[in-house]
Amino acid sequence: MSLDVNMAEIAQLFIEESLEGLDIMESGLLNLDLGAADPETMNAIFRAAHSIKGGGATFGFMEISEFAHHVETLLDEMRQGERPVTREGVDLLLQSVDCIREMIGCLASGEVDTARAKELESQLEAMLKQNPGSAAEGGSAAAPAPEQPDPAESGRAEEIGLGWTIRFRPGRGIFRSCNDPLRMFRALESLGELEVRVVGADDLDFEDLDPEECRLGWDLELRTSSDREAVEEVFAWVADECELDIDPIPGPAGDVPAAVENDASPETEEPAAAPQSEAAPARVEARAPAARSAPKPGASGQETGSIRVNIDKVDALINLVGELVITQSMLSRYNGDFDFTQIQGLREGLTQLSRNTRELQESVMAIRMLPISFAFSRFPRLVRDTGNALGKNVELRLVGENTELDKTVLEKIGDPLVHLVRNSLDHGLETPEERLAAGKPETGVLELNAYHEGGNIVIEVIDDGAGINKEKVLAKARERGLVGPDEQLSDDRINNLIFMAGFSTADEVSDLSGRGVGMDVVRRNIADLGGHVSVKSESGVGSTFTIRLPLTLAILDGQLVRVGKESYIVSLVSIVETIQVCADKVNQIAGESELFKLRDEYLPIVRLHELFGIEADSTRIDDGLLVVVEANGQRVGVFVDDLQEQQQVVIKSLEANYRQMQGISGATILGDGTVALILDVPGLIQLYFDRHGNPQHSAVAVA
Amino acid sequence: MAVSQKHMEEITQAAESSDAGGQYLTFMLAGEEYGVEILKVQEIKGWDTATPIPNTPDYVLGVLNLRGAVVPIIDLRKRFSLESVPYGATTVVIVVKMAHEDQERTVGLVVDAVADVYRLEGGEIQPPPDMGGAVHTEFVRGLATVEEKMVILLEIDRLIDFRGMQAESKAPAKAETDA
Repeated sequence: MSLDVNMAEIAQLFIEESLEGLDIMESGLLNLDLGAADPETMNAIFRAAHSIKGGGATFGFMEISEFAHHVETLLDEMRQGERPVTREGVDLLLQSVDCIREMIGCLASGEVDTARAKELESQLEAMLKQNPGSAAEGGSAAAPAPEQPDPAESGRAEEIGLGWTIRFRPGRGIFRSCNDPLRMFRALESLGELEVRVVGADDLDFEDLDPEECRLGWDLELRTSSDREAVEEVFAWVADECELDIDPIPGPAGDVPAAVENDASPETEEPAAAPQSEAAPARVEARAPAARSAPKPGASGQETGSIRVNIDKVDALINLVGELVITQSMLSRYNGDFDFTQIQGLREGLTQLSRNTRELQESVMAIRMLPISFAFSRFPRLVRDTGNALGKNVELRLVGENTELDKTVLEKIGDPLVHLVRNSLDHGLETPEERLAAGKPETGVLELNAYHEGGNIVIEVIDDGAGINKEKVLAKARERGLVGPDEQLSDDRINNLIFMAGFSTADEVSDLSGRGVGMDVVRRNIADLGGHVSVKSESGVGSTFTIRLPLTLAILDGQLVRVGKESYIVSLVSIVETIQVCADKVNQIAGESELFKLRDEYLPIVRLHELFGIEADSTRIDDGLLVVVEANGQRVGVFVDDLQEQQQVVIKSLEANYRQMQGISGATILGDGTVALILDVPGLIQLYFDRHGNPQHSAVAVA
Repeated sequence: MAVSQKHMEEITQAAESSDAGGQYLTFMLAGEEYGVEILKVQEIKGWDTATPIPNTPDYVLGVLNLRGAVVPIIDLRKRFSLESVPYGATTVVIVVKMAHEDQERTVGLVVDAVADVYRLEGGEIQPPPDMGGAVHTEFVRGLATVEEKMVILLEIDRLIDFRGMQAESKAPAKAETDA
């Protein structure tokens, strides 16, 4: 039982590590220069594939391990320089990365679908055969190799099933991958009678001998009734790091040519050419489903339960805890006999305590902070694939990849970002012809830029494309009745209309975006994170989408407001301003909804006491304050009795022990130990409109 | 508080010697003795003013800060539609763990006073009699007789409705598209 649990935990580790490995492979493959691959990158990619293979086999995920083995073989040939790095090769490898990722994703649910793996596997094999280089090398080296068996010995061998001659030439680095030939020979010995001959020992030069390198080869003769698989299994872990030929011990005379023919390469080369040409169309077909399925499991940022923390951050934390302990002992001196002469020391201690607490809070938060490169890392691939699919040349620039933000926010910002990037690629950037015609360089530039500003993180998606077509947006908005026929809107407001629900100006629905469910979902997702998105665009010059997010979801800058005896917290981000209005500035519609005029806009008044059924000090508009808040582009004035202090609050979930409540996003514990509820501004506005009818209609009625 | 202190000790002792036969913590509510499974009880604390949550049933008094966790508090008298009385010196909050959809939730129950701890064998517990719709029998797990007194054993998992927002949360999305 406990073993199962442990295995599950370890398997989870394998999954996490493999996903990281796949990321490394993917980014490495994308950075490869065709033709002249950087050996370091190549090695990194190879290592990642190798550990996925090894881990997969260890945990019994044989499908993954076997598939990874094929990938690894191809990579190895590229790494050794035996095979040029071609675009086809890289494409196939990228698809394989997707495939492994998919298979790993399936592990969690149980069944692994191997259909795609099989397909890719056959393509990989086809590619492996396609290049004569590697096969011929193995063959030519093999040609002189099979030691002509001593006629006397072959005389003893009466049948083919007598055993095997094994030609084993390990690569130099075999020891470094923790493989020991001696151990393998022992394993072979357990199968039958083994004779071992060392080759290559004579031309060893003692001068340049590296004890960590394997410079020897072996010729083995195994007399056994075991089949070929049993022998191959012994070499399974080194198969990709050595030259290995296993031939049956020839029977009397006539069998010898047959054995040589077995691994003679010139023949295999020709039949291989045919499957290769067949494989080419198959690859194109395979590509389409790959592009479609990729965003499904792969792109929707995996939420992993653990994080890796930089040791510096942990050290800083330990330091701070040490300081806290010192402060505590300093304060504890005042615990016993206290007289007023000590008040100065006590005060100092308390100041120190508050500084410690603040620093501790900051560094604990920092532990959850991860660089945004985790979210950005998927884009080189996405932009490359999408660009290819659309026939657009795109250069992706990533700026500020080391900007840190909370892990939770990071995981949730991925999808909206993908949406924005796709949108820019699809609707923003023009085709090379259009760009040339507009006098712009052929290659479009898409920039992702992240930086800190105040307590927020700002992420910009900038393209130098055609910009938003304002006439089209406005016409569409009028058609949908979102904007009155004579209403004049500023350019900014027109641009931001694209975030309205069901709004899409794409002439044709493409596979990538433009299904009309785009931008409003982006806006809602970002709003759920307590953030805000806006767009600036200039026709013919490009568009800039700006996302503004809080650094963390655990802490909120709040404004305490009071209604009667109750205090509530309003997020400072959603507050536009706070004003006091006279009763005569307030209009009533049908005796129900109240509106007041703020500059050129009529805003509904949300009476918190009424909405929450609590008692306020006064219900007269003159006595209280209106906190103007904004959510989803809708502004309302929330009527409260008084404003109290502003403070940072730690968000506690109501749901953990009770349930979600409309209009309330959570709770927090104030300095005096009591609980205060945090208002959810969008929910509150919704609650108000649910009770008082639709905002658009009432607003139009007054205007 | 002294009362609950003393009982806490007894509860600890009782919990140590617990076996398949259930142990029950009993409390008083409008003159009747009610029992809850002792393993579901986390702690007993004195009454403290809770922060009300708007738009909840009246028996939900609000939420309390229980060492950093925000815990809802239910007035059992109101829950059982009994007459409310002012909270007094013996009024306590029994903090229990309720199971809801695989999740454990912590909830406080306000009762008149803590009474005793009994060990009850399975055979001693009778199923609740069918009393028509007049009484909240859905909350009653069974009845037991201890020293000639009747003890009503509660099914606490049903005391509070954790659902509610699921249906409502769909509303905003729909309304937004309408707008």
